[in-house]
Amino acid sequence: MSALVPLPVVVPLLGAALTLLLSGRPRLQRWVSVLCLSSVLVVAAVLLVQAYRFGPVVVQVGGWPAPVGIVLVADQLAALMVLVSSAVTLCVLLYSIGQGRGETGETAPVSIFHPTYLVLTAGVTNAFLAGDLFNLFVGFEILLAASFVLITLGGTEVRLRTGSTYVVVSILSSLLFLSAVGLVYAATGTLNMAQLAGRLDALPSGVRLTLQLTLLLAFGIKAAVFPLSAWLPDSYPTAPAPVTAVFAGLLTKVGVYAIIRTETLLFPGGQVATLLMVVAGLTMVVGILGAVAQSDLKRLLSFTLVSHIGYMIFGVALSSVAGLSGAIFYVVHHITIQTTLFLVAGLVEERAGSTDLRRIGGLARIAPMLGVLFFVPAMNLAGIPPFSGFLGKLGLLQAGVAAGGTLPAVLVAAGTLTSLLTLYAASRVWNIAFWREPRLATATPPARLPGLMVGATTALVALGVLFTLLAGPLFQVTADAATDLRERTPYVRAVLPRDVP
Amino acid sequence: MTRGAAGPTLVLVLAVGVLVAAGVTLLLERSLTRILLGIILLGNGVNLLILLGGRAGAAPLVGSTSQGEMSDALPQAMVLTAVVITFGLTAFLLAVAYRSWYTSGDDEVQDDLEDRQIVRLAESNEVSTADLGGEGPNGDPEQVDPEPARRRLRRDGETQ
Repeated sequence: MSALVPLPVVVPLLGAALTLLLSGRPRLQRWVSVLCLSSVLVVAAVLLVQAYRFGPVVVQVGGWPAPVGIVLVADQLAALMVLVSSAVTLCVLLYSIGQGRGETGETAPVSIFHPTYLVLTAGVTNAFLAGDLFNLFVGFEILLAASFVLITLGGTEVRLRTGSTYVVVSILSSLLFLSAVGLVYAATGTLNMAQLAGRLDALPSGVRLTLQLTLLLAFGIKAAVFPLSAWLPDSYPTAPAPVTAVFAGLLTKVGVYAIIRTETLLFPGGQVATLLMVVAGLTMVVGILGAVAQSDLKRLLSFTLVSHIGYMIFGVALSSVAGLSGAIFYVVHHITIQTTLFLVAGLVEERAGSTDLRRIGGLARIAPMLGVLFFVPAMNLAGIPPFSGFLGKLGLLQAGVAAGGTLPAVLVAAGTLTSLLTLYAASRVWNIAFWREPRLATATPPARLPGLMVGATTALVALGVLFTLLAGPLFQVTADAATDLRERTPYVRAVLPRDVP
Repeated sequence: MTRGAAGPTLVLVLAVGVLVAAGVTLLLERSLTRILLGIILLGNGVNLLILLGGRAGAAPLVGSTSQGEMSDALPQAMVLTAVVITFGLTAFLLAVAYRSWYTSGDDEVQDDLEDRQIVRLAESNEVSTADLGGEGPNGDPEQVDPEPARRRLRRDGETQ
């Protein structure tokens, strides 16, 4: 069964090579990409079941035993992340195929899209499965390099301008991460996360705190936590719709995943809990206030993305089982919903010619189906019962109340306020873009949207609703994952069977 | 790294410091070319830092040296990977800078969109979020109660 673990990384990489060779035959290229991502989805589902029933699945790459060789670990958290991310990437791939001609009217080299997209997927899954700090770094680099190509796709002036900001900020965070890796190695003599868990505990608390803060700084930039989030709303919206969607859904969540992993496995004990809570509260409030002031749909959604990262950081900061469980549930919910909303924004752009709220209106009358596709995830994001957004926020707020104390109470209030303001922002978009007098920004709107685009978006909306229906079992998995994370021993024992701390 | 040194030599530590400091200074510039130079310096500084993390010594080849004198091979392997990655990213950034110069005539990084919007609104003395609601119910024909549909008089010829 452990032979399955490397597949989510290897299959997309091989697929990328194959699609690059097939760049002259777009039809075959699409089939290869779809086939690759579907198989990753199946493998991820099997891994999750396996991890849930029998504990973490570990593979030692090249047969070298654990502390020496590199390990890939699929525990429940990693397997769940791989499962959700592969489902989302598959839907976005179908959407981009439905968009067909790739970027209409531009001279974009579409043949490069599929290989790069598959490399991006491989990087994301590698980051999730890495059991080694340096391998985590390599995963980040793979996904970043691919994302650089995707965000500047076409090389137009606007994309280059916003893309260069993104590239520079990402490289800077990578360098911070790299120096943190170097420092961790200098301090402990290992980079295997299971072994680090024991060795970091033995360090003097000052050194430990320095290492923790350096790693947090690097991951904070990637996850777009408030003081480090200014790059995100500027760089994401200009990319092509499917690219923005997958970036918004996945890339920041990889940062959040890394924060969860390091804060539980490597640095437990909540030494920086206060800092994380303050930062989480500021991320929520500042982010959503930014969203309220926007007049472009994509920029507005980018700000809600930043804002809702705060919920996950809040859950991590609580570091109780309930808090972590809520955070993981929220990550799963938010990956799906945020991607869906960006895909809908792409549909709006296709149908109405723009996502600028000042130039569009009355879409609910012109395209009722589009209205439904926007309304359901928007209300889900805003946390209207009974959707999964409500359940996730409820879980986190309950965990906050259970923790007691002033700061968690303030955070609970901030979370409620953010939820209400999200509802305001979402209904503002609804009022302006979907009600009002019909108004389109294009003189020649398409008669109907491509079926595959609508189909892929509908599938993601349905997935979001499915999380609502399956919230009970899903919470069971996340609670189980959170318990394992808190205990640390299941992970360490799976990687290093001999020496459990 | 010198053989048998007790720890990292001071010169190397200073080199890391200088490289990182110069890199950060260049990063604060506006021109993409200078930012690129900053990233190169910063990357080299960080790579050197990783190298300092391992034990210094002779080449880590089994048989040529005794185990106690060997240098730590792992940081060297990591630095190799990091150098390759930094090299690739530098090449990409160079391409972006060139393309940016090609399309817009310079490679300056502009103020971000939000700043420019706020400056523009401040100059024209407008509030930042104008009410986008627009028209009242009368502006939209479908929100006014429809008049009873007018029946067309049928002519005998059409009813067949």
